[in-house]
Amino acid sequence: MARTISYREAINEALAQEMERDERVIVMGEDNAGGAGSPGDEDAWGGVLGVTKGLYHRFPGRVLDTPISESAFIGAAIGAATAGMRPVAELMFIDFMGVCFDQIFNQAAKFRYMFGGKAVTPVVIRTMYGAGLRAAAQHSQALYPVFTHIPGLKVAVPSSPYEAKGLLTQAIRDDDPVIFCEHKALYDTTGEVPEEQYVIPFGEANVVRDGGDVTVVAIGRMVSVALAAADELAGAGVQCEVIDPRTTSPLDTDTILESVESTGRLVVVDESTPRCNLATDISATVAQQAFGALRAPIEMVTAPHTPVPFAGNLEDLYIPDAQRVVNAVKSVTSWER
Amino acid sequence: MADERIKHVTMPKWGLSMKTGRITEWLAEEGETVSQGADLADIDTDKIVGTLESPEEGVLRRIVADVGAEIPVGATIALFAPPDVPDAEIDAEVAAAREKLASGELEEVAGPTVATVEVDGRPLAYATLGDGEEVVVLVHGYGGDKNSWLFVQEKLAEGRTVHALDLPGHGESAKDVGDGGLDELARAVIGFLDTVGVPRAHLVGHSLGGAVVTAVAAAAPDRVRSLTLVAPAGFGTEVDGEYLRVFASAASRRELKPQLGKLFADENLATRQLADDLLRYKRLDGVDAALDKLVKTLLDGETQAIDAASLLGSTSVPTVVVWGREDRVLPVANAAAVGERAEVRYVDGAGHMVHMENPGAVRDAVEEAVRRG
Repeated sequence: MARTISYREAINEALAQEMERDERVIVMGEDNAGGAGSPGDEDAWGGVLGVTKGLYHRFPGRVLDTPISESAFIGAAIGAATAGMRPVAELMFIDFMGVCFDQIFNQAAKFRYMFGGKAVTPVVIRTMYGAGLRAAAQHSQALYPVFTHIPGLKVAVPSSPYEAKGLLTQAIRDDDPVIFCEHKALYDTTGEVPEEQYVIPFGEANVVRDGGDVTVVAIGRMVSVALAAADELAGAGVQCEVIDPRTTSPLDTDTILESVESTGRLVVVDESTPRCNLATDISATVAQQAFGALRAPIEMVTAPHTPVPFAGNLEDLYIPDAQRVVNAVKSVTSWER
Repeated sequence: MADERIKHVTMPKWGLSMKTGRITEWLAEEGETVSQGADLADIDTDKIVGTLESPEEGVLRRIVADVGAEIPVGATIALFAPPDVPDAEIDAEVAAAREKLASGELEEVAGPTVATVEVDGRPLAYATLGDGEEVVVLVHGYGGDKNSWLFVQEKLAEGRTVHALDLPGHGESAKDVGDGGLDELARAVIGFLDTVGVPRAHLVGHSLGGAVVTAVAAAAPDRVRSLTLVAPAGFGTEVDGEYLRVFASAASRRELKPQLGKLFADENLATRQLADDLLRYKRLDGVDAALDKLVKTLLDGETQAIDAASLLGSTSVPTVVVWGREDRVLPVANAAAVGERAEVRYVDGAGHMVHMENPGAVRDAVEEAVRRG
């Protein structure tokens, strides 16, 4: 039975149901327990934004608090995964990944390849990304392109509660390391989610809206921005086909190429900074593989090549919004040689 | 005070999830005299386009909903009134309806009530409309669910209780189908009747559901007042095995969508939304295994594996069969296997999903079966 729940609740439910189903699944991270179990504390914090709340008492001994040392606990999670557990580690902000790059890039991502397929690393690293919460330069970046770049990692960027539950369930059941990127501004958004468990396969894009004039590919939180733009453009007679890749690695290029082959125009909306990001990657793939279908230059709507500003008015300008998508779509539909 | 002779036609609620609809075409003009049941408008529910039959008899005085506009369920889309009601009153009524729409104070349209019963330790979901002593139970086909009767259930529920069931493995019912055999599914339907306390019912089954209700009639003829079989499985041998197999195995829209076109005479009815909804169902844990078992029940190589025709022959329950002439999943030639046992009604311009492409023909067949039962 599908009911309406939040993105936060969808993630919590995916964790709880997988923990129920498979005792190898454990949850660990900063403040996941948050003092629970010690005298005077009834419930756990459930992480900094309360995503894992309620799991501590429900699954005794399987929700672990970690020190503020990402290098250590991400390494521990990866080690536990190689030893047969299915850890879901919460790394508070994606911005802090830098201190555990060796564990992720050079260890977890490489084991299956270097051991000839004889080792698997079924670890999930859940992490928050994205601007909009006035959290300044060190807590607001959209760094999923960095992980997309590394062979051996899978990267999911859920755009809605339905996507969040299905992709996280798949991530936990997957034998490869998965970087699971949750946009912090999406936690309170709601949508219909089945109570039952389900998986959304990796590498299968969702065509969120049909349209024949322009293909708009949008990542994570940008999907709702693209849809708002598509609504406005439909009023002006321009029909956008909005595609949510759901995972950036693997990337469903077939769905994107097929769409561009019918529309002839592409706009990519990506909250990350513009050099070597998903916008450039998808644009290059389309330019290379569907050049003949293009009727206009590709447009990219991204953040500028700067740190995320702390000043609220500047941060608002930093994040791609529907107006910029509308402008980009108008520029590709009105382009003439 | 508004003239009571002015009747409102409102946006219907077709199916559990419908919240708004879009008129794609008005099939009658302002000033035209329309008989009850005549085609009034085509409405896109986001899942499928259906034809609204006029609930009123008389002069269509005003079309309130423009073609293409998104209208909430329950909002006024047209007004009927006798010719002598002055235009000014009609205008006032339109203004009032628009105001009500803008205020968001529409009366809740009672859609079907969804409930769950436990049969043999297995939760079965069903949607109920209407309230009457006479009970009709609708049983969907392979891969379908209770929502597939969206154009049929409401009309049948006038003066009756109509339950649309989710078979095991489908919709919101448990995904465990046991051995997946016909007897197992028939036992689930009999168990459903027992649990909701229905001694005798009129059973309507589509495709696999047609074979299931036939098996119910053969096993428990005293429980079944009539049968309406819509493109039932288990008659003849012809079947599109590829459809069944790919439906079970498809993991993406790209694989699934070409197969869905085969369900309809008009392939455009296989919309993206239909494919997305089916993929959402197929992604649920346990559905893969359930569908695999059901394919084994239904198929023996490239021919049908079950024999519902002889089950039907073993009972004398009054029966009406409906078949779309353009059925590509269970071709209409299979209807020959019904023989003299029951009336077969052939429907032009309809494929396998007769109850979606020509719901009126299916409703008429059910009415006829109910009359005979």
